[in-house]
Amino acid sequence: MKILVAIKRVVDYNIKVGIKTDGSNVDIDGIKMSANPFDENAIEQAIRLKEQGKADEIVAVSIGSSANQDVLRHALAMGVDRALLVEHDAEVQSLEVAKLLQSVAEKEQPDLIILGKQAVDDDAGQAGQMLAAILNYPQGTFASELTIENGEAIVTREIDGGTETLALQLPAVVTADLRLNDPRFVKLPNLMQARKKPIETLSASELISELTPRLSLIKVAEPPQRKAGIKVDTVDALLQQLRTKEGIAL
Amino acid sequence: MTTLVLAEHNGQQIHNEVRHAVSAAQHWGQPVHLLVVGYQSEQIANQAAAIDGVSLVLHTDAQQFAHPLAEDVSKLIDTLVADYQVILAAHSSFSRNVLPRVAALADVAMISDVLEIQTDNRYVRAIYAGNVHTTIQSRDAKQILTVRGSKFSAADLNGQAEITDITAPEAFTKTRWLSESRIETDRPALNSAKVVVSGGRSLGSAEKFDALLNPLAEKLGAALGATRAAVDAGYAPNEIQVGQTGVTVAPELYFAVGVSGAVQHTAGMKDSRIVVAINQDPDAPIFQVADYGLVADLFDAVPTLTNALS
Repeated sequence: MKILVAIKRVVDYNIKVGIKTDGSNVDIDGIKMSANPFDENAIEQAIRLKEQGKADEIVAVSIGSSANQDVLRHALAMGVDRALLVEHDAEVQSLEVAKLLQSVAEKEQPDLIILGKQAVDDDAGQAGQMLAAILNYPQGTFASELTIENGEAIVTREIDGGTETLALQLPAVVTADLRLNDPRFVKLPNLMQARKKPIETLSASELISELTPRLSLIKVAEPPQRKAGIKVDTVDALLQQLRTKEGIAL
Repeated sequence: MTTLVLAEHNGQQIHNEVRHAVSAAQHWGQPVHLLVVGYQSEQIANQAAAIDGVSLVLHTDAQQFAHPLAEDVSKLIDTLVADYQVILAAHSSFSRNVLPRVAALADVAMISDVLEIQTDNRYVRAIYAGNVHTTIQSRDAKQILTVRGSKFSAADLNGQAEITDITAPEAFTKTRWLSESRIETDRPALNSAKVVVSGGRSLGSAEKFDALLNPLAEKLGAALGATRAAVDAGYAPNEIQVGQTGVTVAPELYFAVGVSGAVQHTAGMKDSRIVVAINQDPDAPIFQVADYGLVADLFDAVPTLTNALS
C-alpha cells in the first residue's frame, strides 16, 4: 500500500503573528516557519502504518516555493520515503490545493491520502474534503484513530459531542486531528541524512491551469480585545456583582 | 435566486444553531430554503418549518441518512446546487465535513466560520486561531460558507413554511458507518449553552474535576468544558475541550476554574458575555480576559460558590 501525505508550510504555531502597519496582510517576514502541526500527525500516522507492515511506501508532498524544501526534509527525517515539491511562488487556497493534490494523486496512485484536518494559518479546514470530493473518494475527517483492516481504512472521527467510526474503501482521504498520535521528534543524524535525499519537483502551473485565488484579501485587523475587569476577594462579593451589577439570577 | 441553509439535528431535535444560520441567511434578502436530511425524520422537518424566515423546507428522508455521511449529503446537495446562489450552515463538525465537499463539486471556493457578512460576497473571518481577523471577498458567483452561530441572532419560531419531499440520489457505498459514541448528558450542549463551567489543569485529577465542577454545573444548569491541558492530563474527555483545537463557545456566563488562560483556550471562549475566573495565581493570564476575577484556592471557593447558589 502506498500513502501520500500533504504538508503545508506555515508560521510556527508557537509564534504570535503581527499585522503590517497598513493592515494589508499579516507580517511574516523573517518569521520561523514549520510544518503545519496537524500535517505532522498525518506524517506520523503514515509512518506508523508502514512500521506495522500495512504500507510499503510513503510520499510526502508540499505546495509552495523552494523554501518548502525544509518541511519536506523534516518529513524525510521523520521517515517518509520520497518527497515531492509542487512549485508555486504565490498563495494557493484550499480549492486549488485540492486540484493540485488530485493531479499528484493521479500520477502517484496512492491507496490512502492523509492530510492535516486544517492549517493553523488560515484555519480553513477544507482541502481534504475538497480533494475527496473531486476524486470521488470516501473521506474520514478529523481522525483520532486510523487503522487498516481487510483493505479498509477504519477511522474514528472527532465530532461534536463524541466520536464516530467509519469504514472507508480504499483509496480514501483521511484528515488528521491532533489526538491521532504524538509525532516523533526528529533525530539529528536523520536530519543530516534527509539533507542528502533528493526532492522531486513539479511545476504547479503545469499540473493545473487556473491557480489564481478566488478569495481576495481586503484587509486584516486585530480582533476586538477583551478588557480585564475587576478582582473580587470573596465568593460573596462575586455573587453580589453578578446578581446586582449584571442582573443574573443565581 | 435563493439561499439554502443546511440543517443539523440529532435525530430528535433540530439544533438550535440552525436558527442562527437562518438569521445569517437573511442577509441576501432572497427566499431562504432549509434542507433537512434524515431517516424517519418527519418531526425534524416540522421543527424546521417553524423557524421564522424559512420559506420552504426541503426534506429528504432515506435510510442512508440515518447517520448522514458527507459523501451522501454532498451528493444530494449537488443535485440542488444549480438552483441556489448561496449555500450555508452553522459552523460545526457536521457542516465542516459536508460543505467543503459540496463546494469542490460545485467548483466554488468556500468560506469557513464567518463572523460577519459585510456584503453579498464580502466577509470577516478569524485566522491564526482567532489572533487576526481578515476581511475577504469572493470572486465566485455562488457563495458557500459556514457561519459562527453565536455571531448571529436566533430566528424566532413562529414560522409556517411549506415542506416538500425530495428524493435522495443513490447511496455512496464506499463508506460504511460503523458506530458512534456520545456523552450522555441532561445538560445543555456545550456550543449553545447559556452558562459554561470550564476546568483547567489546577483541578489536579479526573476525580477532583468531577467532584468539584459537576455540582456547580448542575446548580447553574451549565455545560461542562475543559482546557486542552486538562484534557491531555486525562481529567476530562476531549469532546468538551474549549479552545482553538476544540469547541468555540460564547455563553452569557463563563466560569473559568483553575484555568491559566493560554491563548489556545481563550481563542475558544473570548466571545462570552461575562467571564468569571477563579484561580490561585493572581498573575494568571486568564484574569486579563475576565470581567470578574477571584484569586482564591479553588478547592475552597468552588464548594462555597456551589453552596451559595439557590
